[in-house]
Amino acid sequence: MTTLSTLPPSGQTLQSPRKQHVQKRDWTGWKFIGPFMIVFALVLIAPVLYSIYLSFFKDQLVGGNSFVGFENYAQALSDPKFWESMGRVTLFFVVQVPIMLGIALFAALAIDSARLHLSSFFRIAIFLPYAVPAVVATLMWGFMYGTKFGLVGNLNDFFSLSIPDPLSSSWVLASIGNIVTWEFIGYNMILFYAALRVIPTDLYEAASLDGANAFRIIRSIKMPALRPAIVIGGIFSVIGSFQLFNEPSILQSLAPNTISTYFSPNMYAYNLSFSGQQYNYSATIAIIVGLITAVIAYIVQNSGSRKEA
Amino acid sequence: MGALLIYSLLPLFWLFVNSTKTQAELLNSFGLWFSGPNALWDNIVATVTYNDGVFVRWFGNTLLYVVVGAGGATFLAALGGYGLAKFNFPGKKAVFAVVLGAVAIPGTALAVPTFLMFSQMGLTNTPWAVILPSLISPFGLYLIWTYALDAVPTEVLEAARMDGAGEFRTFFTISLKLLAPGLVTVLLFTLVATWNNYFLPLIMLSEPTWYPLTVGLKQWSAQAQTVGGDVIYNLVITGSLLTIVPIIVAFLFLQRYWQSGLASGSVKA
Repeated sequence: MTTLSTLPPSGQTLQSPRKQHVQKRDWTGWKFIGPFMIVFALVLIAPVLYSIYLSFFKDQLVGGNSFVGFENYAQALSDPKFWESMGRVTLFFVVQVPIMLGIALFAALAIDSARLHLSSFFRIAIFLPYAVPAVVATLMWGFMYGTKFGLVGNLNDFFSLSIPDPLSSSWVLASIGNIVTWEFIGYNMILFYAALRVIPTDLYEAASLDGANAFRIIRSIKMPALRPAIVIGGIFSVIGSFQLFNEPSILQSLAPNTISTYFSPNMYAYNLSFSGQQYNYSATIAIIVGLITAVIAYIVQNSGSRKEA
Repeated sequence: MGALLIYSLLPLFWLFVNSTKTQAELLNSFGLWFSGPNALWDNIVATVTYNDGVFVRWFGNTLLYVVVGAGGATFLAALGGYGLAKFNFPGKKAVFAVVLGAVAIPGTALAVPTFLMFSQMGLTNTPWAVILPSLISPFGLYLIWTYALDAVPTEVLEAARMDGAGEFRTFFTISLKLLAPGLVTVLLFTLVATWNNYFLPLIMLSEPTWYPLTVGLKQWSAQAQTVGGDVIYNLVITGSLLTIVPIIVAFLFLQRYWQSGLASGSVKA
């Protein structure tokens, strides 16, 4: 998770001198972090370096593999397919992320305000979709969307409605948004709920003694406490949106004509590699998407912490 | 809240209802209620025997990836997070910066370069190609790190050192027990991530014998689109149900542990 810079755990050491004096500065810590770092280097650092290397080369029929500098980057930045896919995921996160986080926030506040037996049932029920693999979720919703034996067809027949085909080209992005929302409301709700649980209850008592009503408590106590969690949820959702792959690529087999091979940047990179054999160009696309994602995640995080100050 | 509850559970109910139907009833009956003879058992038998029982093989593969991948990820995160919380060592700041920086890189953007690298190393199309990347959970590392700061009192470690216990012995005999709620939380999240993993195995594996359930199910579903392909929607639906039952059971079983672990570990104000 990307939570680290919002709340650096190392900062906590400074607050408590008790912890500081025990930490002898020697190499023992490396025996513990070492195994993690070795695998980390192999599966994260090495591929990043390798893709940067690849992005500066071009494999041509004539002349073989040759160094081309920033040519692949220039090509990507003027590639309409790339920008079309970036535009699509941008629209996706601008619309889907606020809806999803809004519902999750509402659910977390509702469950937190009524700490009953029923609320733990609600919590589990809403969280369950998170445990469902994206493949199963997409197949399931895809069948339900379908006109063959799907619910949409059923509803249209039963009530003589004319709900538009969710898999038509004008609706498919919204339909994907619905699947992603379904999958992740529970996850974000738990994130927010956990943040609410650490608010000391005497704060509420003090507030109600001062005559604050429920809305005032939400606004002045709960929302500020939730801010770091909302930032975390926002960052993950932005990263998730740019990485969109599973849902559209699985729906593609149900709606082959509406979802293109460059529906999302990730599908584009995947298809360039695995259908087009354009490994160098694919690596370049992956790097650009990674950079843009990192910048946007940084902006989300910064705007979140600025409000805090 | 009622509407949200229905929204969350209705698709799961749909899945259950439709795995009790025959292929013919699937196409001809209302999706949200039972219809025709109960074919659940027949569907389950057909799912696990189709294509010489390839579904059972996929189930076994998924278990392998989950046990080694999620178990290994939890162990590495526990060791590393504990090391970061309880020791001061040269390069600690660099470790922090590198892990933090890498988290911002979208995992799926890395998948293609990782594939190219692994294929040069001869690792693709082996279980290692799926397991190795699953071993790293930066979120898990972070969670154990914050959790260990409070859960393992330094006085206890000092006492153990006075008694002459080595650092690893202290870790395995004392600290791990204190870290248990944090570990369960990390285990649960890595378990879900590896059980549900689709993109990585899709890229890394070309032999169906090494597929996990997710990639296999997708292949069954896509089969209907190919010319002359066997249409087995009832098996896709029943297979989906069989895929989510174990993970949902694990969730319900472990919930009281992970909820407390998450609340005390991940989101400190």
